[in-house]
Amino acid sequence: MDFALLLEKSILILILTAITLGIATYLTYGERKVAAFLQDRLGPNRAGIFGILQPIADAGKMFFKEELIPKNAEKWLFILGPGLAMITACITSAVIPWGSHLELFGRTIQLQVADVDIGILYIMGIVSVGVYGILIGGWASNNKYSLYGAVRASSQMISYELGMGLALIAVIIMSGSLSLREIVEQQSGWGGMQWNIIYQPLGFIIFFTCALAECNRAPFDLPECETELIGGYHTEYSSMKLGFYLFAEYINMFISSAVMTCMYFGGYNFPGMHQIDSQNLLAVLQIAAIFLKISFFIFAFMWIRWTLPRFRYDQLMHLGWKTMIPLAIVNMLLTGGGMLLFGK
Amino acid sequence: MSQLDTRNQDKFVSTETIDGEIATLNLGPTHPATHGVFQNVMKVDGERIISSEPTIGYIHRAFEKLAERRPYNQITPITDRLNYCSSPINNMGWHMTVEKLAGIEVPKKVDYMRVIIMELARIADHLVCNSVIGVDTGALTGFTYVFQEREKIYEMYEEVCGARLTTNIGRIGGFEREFSPVFMVKLKKFLKEFPAKFQEFDNLLTRNRIFMDRVIKAGPISAEKAMSYGFTGPNLRAAGVDYDVRVMNPYSSYGDFDFIIPVGQDGDTYDRFIVRQEEIRQSLGIIRQALDGMPEGKHYADVPSFYLPPKEEVFRSMEALIYHFKIIMGETPIPAGEVYHAVEGANGELGYYLISDGGRTPYRLHFRRPCFIYYQAYPEMVKGAMLSDAILTMSSMNVIAGELDA
Repeated sequence: MDFALLLEKSILILILTAITLGIATYLTYGERKVAAFLQDRLGPNRAGIFGILQPIADAGKMFFKEELIPKNAEKWLFILGPGLAMITACITSAVIPWGSHLELFGRTIQLQVADVDIGILYIMGIVSVGVYGILIGGWASNNKYSLYGAVRASSQMISYELGMGLALIAVIIMSGSLSLREIVEQQSGWGGMQWNIIYQPLGFIIFFTCALAECNRAPFDLPECETELIGGYHTEYSSMKLGFYLFAEYINMFISSAVMTCMYFGGYNFPGMHQIDSQNLLAVLQIAAIFLKISFFIFAFMWIRWTLPRFRYDQLMHLGWKTMIPLAIVNMLLTGGGMLLFGK
Repeated sequence: MSQLDTRNQDKFVSTETIDGEIATLNLGPTHPATHGVFQNVMKVDGERIISSEPTIGYIHRAFEKLAERRPYNQITPITDRLNYCSSPINNMGWHMTVEKLAGIEVPKKVDYMRVIIMELARIADHLVCNSVIGVDTGALTGFTYVFQEREKIYEMYEEVCGARLTTNIGRIGGFEREFSPVFMVKLKKFLKEFPAKFQEFDNLLTRNRIFMDRVIKAGPISAEKAMSYGFTGPNLRAAGVDYDVRVMNPYSSYGDFDFIIPVGQDGDTYDRFIVRQEEIRQSLGIIRQALDGMPEGKHYADVPSFYLPPKEEVFRSMEALIYHFKIIMGETPIPAGEVYHAVEGANGELGYYLISDGGRTPYRLHFRRPCFIYYQAYPEMVKGAMLSDAILTMSSMNVIAGELDA
């Protein structure tokens, strides 16, 4: 391992972390603006032009709020909960390929922090750890509503991870690789339009639904539904610890959209990409393409949140176990059969 | 908590639990979903409610007792604060009760004006209730759509009486002033634009699969049960009984109008929602008919001992001055007697039982508040339901804290 590679990766990690946090911050603003747009309101418009500084004001407020730890809470676990949620949310982005590669200073810089060949497995693993943040936080608060939220979150995430994993297996069968870069590269055919969604429409619908559930977004926002559980697992949290939970949710949303883009919508591939000769220009355009696709999915997440009511707990379980998982299995079998019959 | 646990232990029937572990959950009094101050101490087995023990009286303001110390015209502001989502109906119900006791005949025009205001109030109230059902299921957007329309209704109140929420609208014997031209313009604009906006809200929820799954069979009550509890209004009609005070016992010339009473089937949250949706449409029809058939005449009855004379008159004529003085001091002549008058409030039969001994204040006044009656059935309706259903049941019954506790 040479020093330059270390430096290159460190810079990439720094940039990526900054971007992830920045995006999460601005997603709060985006959410409020989208909500306002859908609800015929104005949304935040006081801080800066179009309220563009609102997230900074919000974050500042979060930092300076009084930090309250309930007397009967399990102190260390109470602190651990949001930390865990935040860490797991942040480290998932390591395996997402943001573009092919840049050629700078005579080096080939891969636009991916770690091209591990078990990329998807890594993401699924980290995401399943993410639920501990919510579970621990909800339990440690020593509040019944928080506990309800935590229990709901854990059971919901476990059920929907199964469907999600099964939907992904179909894609993996097709690509024969667990590496995200490999999967994305395989979708570059047909002038950059050979996206997996063409082969896997059902798989995508299952994955999208499960991703909504994984991020605790409406219509699956049972863990925190304010009208029943008053915020659920984060009822007792205040100041930046609450901020961490909220941030983690937005980062998760961003990462889910990125994974969805990579798995089904061709990642950084875009039509007409093969006509571009300059590698650096291509890389930049690829980054733009993937972010455009991610933004679209994030908008879809928000759109759904502000349109649909939420499920009831038992209905959620029914949907997960009786609809999503069987469908995912059928999809997996169909894909497997298709691969067996027609080959690649 | 342990005190609550041991209280009324025999009341809690703990059958069919999953693992025998029952928790106590304190829902309220400051729970955001209760839309007011209600407390429910619930025994829950996981998400399932085994029993619920409501506590009422958090905002009891002793209105019935207060009314015994107030002259008749000063009781109107008290009625504002019963069901504060539709104050005008409460106000006019009270005015009609006093008119009934004093034997005052109001001109037809006053009846029609009252009908318009009361139906506007009914629309406003139903909009709040239905959009809040949406909010409680997690669909926040419909709420913002219809609240803009409710705002327009409030602007119309403002045009008639100057107030928005606690309206104190009208007077005993009629209206304080004629409907202004601005009001008429606003009303006509509302009648023209509201149906489309309302349809938008309807499209968002009524046939939404998730919404239907959530509200169908949530908090049902049978017609028999509902009647034995004394349910009235949309909640009784949702259970399938076509009882409506406007038709059964017409007041304020409701007999002149042509409208349908929607009835439901199962008495669940969805039926209550649908009945209210349809009633909004019917109310619009009533307003249109009242507007078209508005008779000529004065906007007040000729009862100088109840209806304040115009201020210029007070300064010029002695008679007016005397009446003015007497009304303000609460020295209005009223016969001794006993009278019950009920109006179809936005969420049920709102009755006023008034006993007068001929003095300056009522001897006794009792409000028959529909919410008080609905809330008694609440523990039974949520028994065995999920926690989410319990929240929906409460919002769909439209229990308003101010009316419940009076």
